[in-house]
Amino acid sequence: MNIPIEYYLILSALMFIAGTIGVIIRRNAIVVFMCIELMLNSANLTLVTFSSYLGNAIGQVFVFFVMSVAAAEAAIGLAIIIMVFRNKLTVNIDEINLFKW
Amino acid sequence: MINLIYLTVLLPLLGFLINGLFGSKIKNEKIIGIIGSSTVGIAFLISLGAFIETLSLPVESRSNVVSLFTWLNVANLNIKFAYLVDQLSLVMALVVTGVGFLIHVYSIGYMHGDKGFWRFFAYLNLFIFAMMNLILGDNFLVLFLGWEGVGLCSYLLIGFWYDRKFEKGTVAEAAKKAFIVNRIGDFGFLLGMFLIYQTFDSLNFAEVFSKVPNYPVGDIVFTLIALFLFIGATGKSAQIPLFVWLPDAMAGPTPVSALIHAATMVTAGVYMVARSSIIFVSAPTVMLIIAIVGLATAFFAATVGLVQNDIKKVLAYSTVSQLGYMFLALGVGAFSSGIFHVMTHAFFKALLFLGAGSIIHAMHEKQDIQHYGGLKKYMPKTYITFLIATFAIAGVPGLSGFFSKDEILWNAYSNGGMLFWVIGVLTAMLTAFYMVRLVSLTFFGKERFDKSHVHPHESPNVMTIPLIVLAILSVLGGYIGIPALFSGNGGNKFEVWLHPIFENANLRVLHYGSHSHLEEIILMVTSVILALSSMYFAYHVYTKNRSIAENISKSFNSLYQLLLDKYRIDEFYEFIIVKPIKNISEKVLWKFTDNKIIDGFVNSAASLVDSTSSLTRKLQNGLTQFYAILMLLGISAVLFWIIIKI
Repeated sequence: MNIPIEYYLILSALMFIAGTIGVIIRRNAIVVFMCIELMLNSANLTLVTFSSYLGNAIGQVFVFFVMSVAAAEAAIGLAIIIMVFRNKLTVNIDEINLFKW
Repeated sequence: MINLIYLTVLLPLLGFLINGLFGSKIKNEKIIGIIGSSTVGIAFLISLGAFIETLSLPVESRSNVVSLFTWLNVANLNIKFAYLVDQLSLVMALVVTGVGFLIHVYSIGYMHGDKGFWRFFAYLNLFIFAMMNLILGDNFLVLFLGWEGVGLCSYLLIGFWYDRKFEKGTVAEAAKKAFIVNRIGDFGFLLGMFLIYQTFDSLNFAEVFSKVPNYPVGDIVFTLIALFLFIGATGKSAQIPLFVWLPDAMAGPTPVSALIHAATMVTAGVYMVARSSIIFVSAPTVMLIIAIVGLATAFFAATVGLVQNDIKKVLAYSTVSQLGYMFLALGVGAFSSGIFHVMTHAFFKALLFLGAGSIIHAMHEKQDIQHYGGLKKYMPKTYITFLIATFAIAGVPGLSGFFSKDEILWNAYSNGGMLFWVIGVLTAMLTAFYMVRLVSLTFFGKERFDKSHVHPHESPNVMTIPLIVLAILSVLGGYIGIPALFSGNGGNKFEVWLHPIFENANLRVLHYGSHSHLEEIILMVTSVILALSSMYFAYHVYTKNRSIAENISKSFNSLYQLLLDKYRIDEFYEFIIVKPIKNISEKVLWKFTDNKIIDGFVNSAASLVDSTSSLTRKLQNGLTQFYAILMLLGISAVLFWIIIKI
C-alpha cells in the first residue's frame, strides 16, 4: 500500500502550523517549549519523507542530528525554566519580560 | 678636554638621577651633598681643562663643535645634538660650574636638617644640567632645551618649600608666577626661533650667523627676530615688563636665589643676546629698545631697592637692576662688557646672597633688616665678605664690579650718549646707597633684634669657605678685564679673548666718533666720586643719624609709599591683565563657550539620540511571543519574496 507523499507533507505542515500557533498564543513556557519540539518534529517528518522518496539516506542522518540538538536544547531550556520558576514563582512568559526597555 | 665637554652636562644629570631616585633612601646628608657637589665640581674641572686647552690653540681654531648625535632629522630639518665650545660658552661654563660648585657646597650647610635635603640637591643638579645645555648648545633648539629646563628648575626650586607662606600668598603661588611669566617670554623666544628657521633654513648658530650678511642691516626680518628673542630675554632675565617674577622668586631657599636668580639663570637672556649678537646688531631699532629697556630697568629697580626692608628683596631688586646694566651694555653694542658684567656680577651677587643666607640663618629665618643691627661682632667672616661684595657692586675702584660697571658706563657714553651715562651713573649712586644702607642696618648700629630669643652666631665652615672664595673672586675677578686705559698695549684681555665671537657683529654696529682717554678718565673719576659720596651718605644716615632717613620718607610720603609698594606694578598687572583674563575665562570661555557651545553640542547630540530611541524602544516590550510574531512575519515576508522572485 502506497501512501502518497503529499499526505506526509500536509501532515507535517499541519504539525508545523499547530506548533507555530502554540508558540505564539500559549502563555505557559512549558507548553511553548513543547510546541517548539512539535515544530522541530514536523521538520524531521519532512526530512524523513523526502529521504525515503528520493532514496537518499542523508535526510535520515539529518534527523538524528536534529534530535540530538533538540535533546540538548530541551535539557538547557528546561533547566532555564526551572530557574526562572524558582526566582519568579511563575512560568507565565507574559510576566517574564526582563528585557523590557 | 674639549672632547670631554659633554661630561660637564652628563655628570650633573647623573647626580640628579642618583639623588632624585635614591636620595630618599640614602638619607645621609653627607653622601647626598658630596654626590651633588662633586658632580658639579668635576664639571668645573673639565670646563677648566677645556678652557686651558682652548687657550693653547691659535685664535682661529678656538671655536670647536663637539657633536654627539643627530637629534632630529625630518625633511630638510636636520638638528644635531652638538655642543659648541668657544670663548663665550667657556666663560659662561666656568662661571656656572664654578659658582655653582661653591653654592652646592654652601647648601650642604644651609640646607642641613631640611626634610627635602635630597630633593634640593637633585633639583640643583638638574638645574646645572639644563644650564649647561643652554650655554653649550650648538643650535637654537639645544639652547631652547636648556632654556626651558632652567625655567622648570627655577619653578621647582622657588616652590621648594611649597607648604610655606610667602608674603600675601604661598610659596607655591610665587613659583607659579615665575613659571607663567617666564612662559610669556618663552613664547616670544619660540616665535623668534620659528622666524629664524623660516628665514635662514637652519637653527645651527654657525649656519644662521653666516647667512645674516645676505640681508641688509635694518631688514624687517631682523627687527622681528631680534624683538621676539628679546621678549624671551626679558622673561628669563627679568627686564621690564616681565621682571615681576624675580622679586617673588625669593620665596625659594637662599642658595637658590644665589645660584639661579642672581648668578646664572637670569643671565641666560644676556648670553642669548650676546650669542646672537650679529642678528641683534642688524636690527638697530631693537638695539635701541634693548638699551632703553635695560637702562629703565636698572634705574627703576634701583629706586625700589632703596626702601625695601627684606634683605633678600633688596638683593632681588639689585639683581634686576644689575641685569638692566647688562642689557644696557648689549644695547649699545658692547657685548663683551655685558658678558664681563655677567661674570663679575655672578661673583659678588652670589656672595651677597650667600652672605644674606648666612645672616638669615643666624637670625632664625628673620629677613627684615629693621630687626638686624650690630651683627658685625657676631659674624666676622660673613661681615667681611659681605662688605667686599658690597664694595664690588657699588663700584669701589679696584674691585671687580668697578671694572665691569665702568666699562658699561663708558660704552653707554661713547655709543649711546650723555643721557645714557647720566642715568647709568645715577643708578650706580642708588646702587651704592641701598647696598650701604643694607650693610649699615645689618652689621652696624644698635642691635635691634630680640636678644632673649635670637643668638647670632657665625655659620659653619662649609658655608663660610664658599663665601671667602667668592670674596676673593669678587676682588680679583675684575683684573682679567682691566680697561685698555690702564693696561696699556695689550688692551682689555677679556675683550680680546671674546673678540672673535663679536668680531662680525662689531663690524655691523654703528659706532659714534672716537673719544679720547681724557674723557674716559674724567667720566670714571666723576662716577667714582659720586658713588663714594653716595656710600658715605648712606653710611652716615643709617648708622649715625637715622632721623634724616625718617624725615625724608615723611616729607616725600607718597613717593616713599610708591617705592615701598614697588610702583604697584604687580597690582597694575593684576588689574590690567590677570583680572580681565580671569573674567574672560570665567564669563566667556567657561560660562558661555564651554557650557553653552561645547556642552550644548554634546548634550543636544545625546538628547537627539534619546528622543529617537524613545520611539524605537517601544518595540522592546519584553514579550517573547511578540518577538516570535515579528520573526514569523519577517520570515514569511522573505519566503514570499523569494517565491515571487522565482
